[in-house]
Amino acid sequence: MNKILSKIARVGIVTETFKPLTDPELDRLGAELKAVLDRRFAGSLAIRQVDAGSCNACELEIAALGNPFYDVERYGIHFVASPRHADVLMVTGPVSRHMQAALLATWEATPEPKWLVAVGKCAADGGEFGVNYASCGAVSNVLKVDAVIPGCPPTPTDLVRGLLSLISRR
Amino acid sequence: MSADKTAAGEANFVGAERLTTMLQSLGTPGFRPEAFQAGCVGPALLCPISPDDWAIAAETAAAQGCRWAAGWGDTQGERWVVNALLERSGDYLLLRTSFPPGRNELPSQAPHFPGAARPERHTQDLLGLHFTGHPDGRRWVRHQAWDERAFPLRPGAPLAGHPLPLTPPDRHYPFASAHGDEVNEIPVGPVHAGIIEPGHFRFLAVGETVLNLEERLGYVHKGIEKLAEGRDPESLARLAGRVSGDTAVGHAWAACQAMERAAGVEPPERALWLRTIFAERERIGNHLNDIGAICNDTAFAFGYYQFSRLRELWLRDNLRWFGHRLLMDRIVPGGVAADLSEAAAAAMPAAIAGLRYELGELKPILDEGSIFQDRVVGAGVLPDRVARELGCLGYVARACGIGHDVRERAPHAPYDRLAVKAVLRGDGDVAARLYVRYGELLASLEILEECLRRIVPGPLRAVWAPASENAEGLGLVEGWRGEIASYVRFDGTGHIARFFPRDPSVFNWPALEKLILGNIVPDFPLCNKSVNGSYSGHDL
Repeated sequence: MNKILSKIARVGIVTETFKPLTDPELDRLGAELKAVLDRRFAGSLAIRQVDAGSCNACELEIAALGNPFYDVERYGIHFVASPRHADVLMVTGPVSRHMQAALLATWEATPEPKWLVAVGKCAADGGEFGVNYASCGAVSNVLKVDAVIPGCPPTPTDLVRGLLSLISRR
Repeated sequence: MSADKTAAGEANFVGAERLTTMLQSLGTPGFRPEAFQAGCVGPALLCPISPDDWAIAAETAAAQGCRWAAGWGDTQGERWVVNALLERSGDYLLLRTSFPPGRNELPSQAPHFPGAARPERHTQDLLGLHFTGHPDGRRWVRHQAWDERAFPLRPGAPLAGHPLPLTPPDRHYPFASAHGDEVNEIPVGPVHAGIIEPGHFRFLAVGETVLNLEERLGYVHKGIEKLAEGRDPESLARLAGRVSGDTAVGHAWAACQAMERAAGVEPPERALWLRTIFAERERIGNHLNDIGAICNDTAFAFGYYQFSRLRELWLRDNLRWFGHRLLMDRIVPGGVAADLSEAAAAAMPAAIAGLRYELGELKPILDEGSIFQDRVVGAGVLPDRVARELGCLGYVARACGIGHDVRERAPHAPYDRLAVKAVLRGDGDVAARLYVRYGELLASLEILEECLRRIVPGPLRAVWAPASENAEGLGLVEGWRGEIASYVRFDGTGHIARFFPRDPSVFNWPALEKLILGNIVPDFPLCNKSVNGSYSGHDL
């Protein structure tokens, strides 16, 4: 236990003041984010992530949002286990045809009001995979998309910035 | 590693003498003499055999202690060509058979190599080749996206296929079932509760105890083999880097190695060292991630915090020094697309030393954390016999004492000049898989230091020489999950005619079905994370 306490004390808190937020433009977005979250979602935004056919790179970067450097929960953003608890579906990958029905059912299970964010190049435009016998391509070929966060994969910074812009323009 | 293997290099057969010996031992009744007109595909000795001998070849190879490493179908003009890659003691043998179009079936090798069962079903679904005597006749990667009479990989099948506006869910797959008042059936997925890939698990449980687990994968099948057809080498490398996004380096390297062997292109020395740096950095990043995630699955928040912090620092260095956090598209045909700057070479040793120091601090904390140890020790035990039968790879196999590591057993440049020793444990449980990874972290840090000492100045990329028609190559690299095998055949225009990437997950996924038996359902996430199979790399 001493080792743990000593390690905790020496490492300290590494959570970063998110650099883009020092940008006046993003400061404004951050304030808007807070205002929108407070007004529409009682101060918190619940996200259900759905991999609809990705190569798993986008998942790694989305999962990194939970590491102590980004710790997005401090913005009121948290990832939930069920679409029933979600305000936002964050969808990655080209939509494989084998995931098409599951994605639609997941969207159906998400209560209104709800948004759909397509994350990564494949979700945005089909990426390396496009439309073929096994792939529906872009998420927008299957469902209406409210926002797109591009990148292959988007970095955690890109993801936070994308979420800020989604929420602040609503 | 034998000295002759080093001297032989990549241009010649790896360990040709030993392979000859192996062939002699394989030359038992059932093999016809013409079967031994040996050629070579990449580092594997080619052994063409008659389709009628396909099953007995497997039986003989299994009896000789060979591992079934990969299997895929192909077509050459009108004819079928079917391949099975075998490995023993680091030597690779490619069994190949060929037969005319009228015959659409081949004896199954799965009765002799259980690990061949799913790959044969994959071939059956995509090419329509029927394996007779297969222990499990159900479809596998095909759900409902294409008709059971349509075979997307057959020549002339359109890439677009004939999709319905809405692909129906795969509701009627015949899962194994059990009857009895005490047995509960628990379906999970394809959409999972975490930030992970999709797949379906069907548990049969008595109380909390798992009686049977059946995996249903194929949800992220996105047509990678078909998409590869007609690509140029550069765009194939990009596609290969996305077979499994956490193995961008491993798959791109294997595909480029296959293409380079087919085209006779030698990457320059500096590029080989850089590829090694990328591959070892990828291994370290993923092992840090998974150790953190295993801690998280035992509610050991401290461990998750520390290991995910170390991973993030590591990825930031990837971005700063090589331009991409996951090192995608850094390996290109003929070489690499990112250099080691003087600044990076100067800064990396401190980062390596820093990580080693922190790992040294964290190890005793994991060792002494009694609640953590209670969860990982004895959980999800994979018997070594089962691991061998299935042909398990990477840390899953090494945690059962099975020492196959391409870097040690069948090293390509520059690993043939590095002293890589596979990290082994014997218990086969979650703890063993975790500690194998911990050992591999330290070993990879040493390899990185060696790379920094030995990297030479020079060009980053060789001039590409288009491969001739039907030139083929096999890439074999040790990805962070284990051996990756990648097969490439060129068409007459320097483009890709066939690409088949085989991720180690293909053999580790079935192991999960075995190691979970008798464990409790709540330990499934922990057991699953300790294996961490790739869905995308499996489904293709």
